[in-house]
Amino acid sequence: MAPWSDLMTSPALLAAVGEVGKGFIQERSSDTLPCQADTSKLFCFDWARENIDRYGTPTLQQLELVVISVLIGFAIAFALSVFAHRHAWARPPLLAGTGILFAIPSIAFFLLLLPITGRGRETAIIALSAYTLQIIYRNVMVGLANVPDSVRDAARGMGLTDRQILWKVELPLATPEIVAGLRIATVSTVAIATLAVFAGGGGLGTQIYGGGNLSFTTSIILAGGIAIAMALLFDVVLLTIQHLITPWRRAAA
Amino acid sequence: MTGPLPHPVLASFGGAIEFIFTPQESNVTGGNKVGGLDKVLELALTQIEVTIFALALALVVALPIGLYFGHKGTGELLAVGLGNAGRAIPELALIAFMAAAIGVGVLNLTIALAVLGVPPILTNTFVGIRQVDRATVDAARGMGMTEFEILRKVELPLAVPTIMSGVRGATVNIVATATIAPLAGVLTLGDFIINENVYGTDGVLAGAILVALLALAFEFGLAALQRRLTSKGLKLKPV
Repeated sequence: MAPWSDLMTSPALLAAVGEVGKGFIQERSSDTLPCQADTSKLFCFDWARENIDRYGTPTLQQLELVVISVLIGFAIAFALSVFAHRHAWARPPLLAGTGILFAIPSIAFFLLLLPITGRGRETAIIALSAYTLQIIYRNVMVGLANVPDSVRDAARGMGLTDRQILWKVELPLATPEIVAGLRIATVSTVAIATLAVFAGGGGLGTQIYGGGNLSFTTSIILAGGIAIAMALLFDVVLLTIQHLITPWRRAAA
Repeated sequence: MTGPLPHPVLASFGGAIEFIFTPQESNVTGGNKVGGLDKVLELALTQIEVTIFALALALVVALPIGLYFGHKGTGELLAVGLGNAGRAIPELALIAFMAAAIGVGVLNLTIALAVLGVPPILTNTFVGIRQVDRATVDAARGMGMTEFEILRKVELPLAVPTIMSGVRGATVNIVATATIAPLAGVLTLGDFIINENVYGTDGVLAGAILVALLALAFEFGLAALQRRLTSKGLKLKPV
């Protein structure tokens, strides 16, 4: 926290100023609303410090939404890509189908699901996972397609079955593209999960849109800042995981 | 009614479709009816307008920068890093912040939406141009083409699929975010969604249906445009 704002609200200073204008100070310290009503300030440190605990639960909710949605999206998209890898006829319909799910705005998706699944976290998770499918599916397919034929031939020559080639050769070599897809999907999902408030799914959006604080920039900056930090953190974690599971790339570099 | 869907669901969607075509009673407007095809078309038109304005603005900013750095082969950190960072911007926070701190209105909204469109277009233009085989570029140079001709006649046509996929990604995000434009004082189809107290649950669902259809129309339109812009030689290769 900024030292000057500590100083500004230190009890000694408050007491000293309080001697001069008691009524004014009491109003300020007992109620944080004046700061909220003051639209000339972009960011109110005092309010942020006193109210930072409000952001704990929404942050955890957002984290949950993202992790569950991306895991479900990854499981489905991965299965679809393995299937499409073996059956070329399935590729055009899968690309088109996931493309449609990707193009439907999440906010519309949330609300289209409301009559079927009701308000809540599940509705948000269904729409968010549907959004990630295309990103992950496309990247897995690109990764598999980029495996050189010579490598595949060598594996076959060594007596590996199709299944062994897929799991021991092709998928490991496709890891960078797969992780790239996961990173794009995760970072975008963190941003979009902010809209889950429209589905009653909680998350950081509640601190922007929820309580009639739409014009209170301090809360918008805090909630938006937490979301951006969360996205960057996920990005770093996924990059680290990629680094750990592809040791042969480090040897080459 | 038989089938897997329970009846209330069908009723909800039926009510929403009625709302789209015929004005309905509202609880709060004092007898004035809300919804109906005229209102739908008016709001849809606004959403289409701001989407196209924002997309055009994003293209004007991102395309020349992406082409320049892609052709020069420098600035990868800027072009790709900006793309990655841009995806992390929470749309709701961007629109709310812009409306609260800078002001409401079409111009501000267009700029905010363009901010969402720039990163994917810039990154994909850069990557698309960089991906062009260097041997092809050398051959063009050997044939006596100027740098501008190389960019215009060799690199750009070969990069069209990648650039267009960036444009489509940008459009998905812009048209989706234009849905919450009423928060910034511009009435788009999202008005049905955000002002539930005026339009009721039928209005909310109608808004969702219309927004989804509009987004898909943009997606299919751009896919068709991409097929027209892609040179015949590139289509022979399965992508």
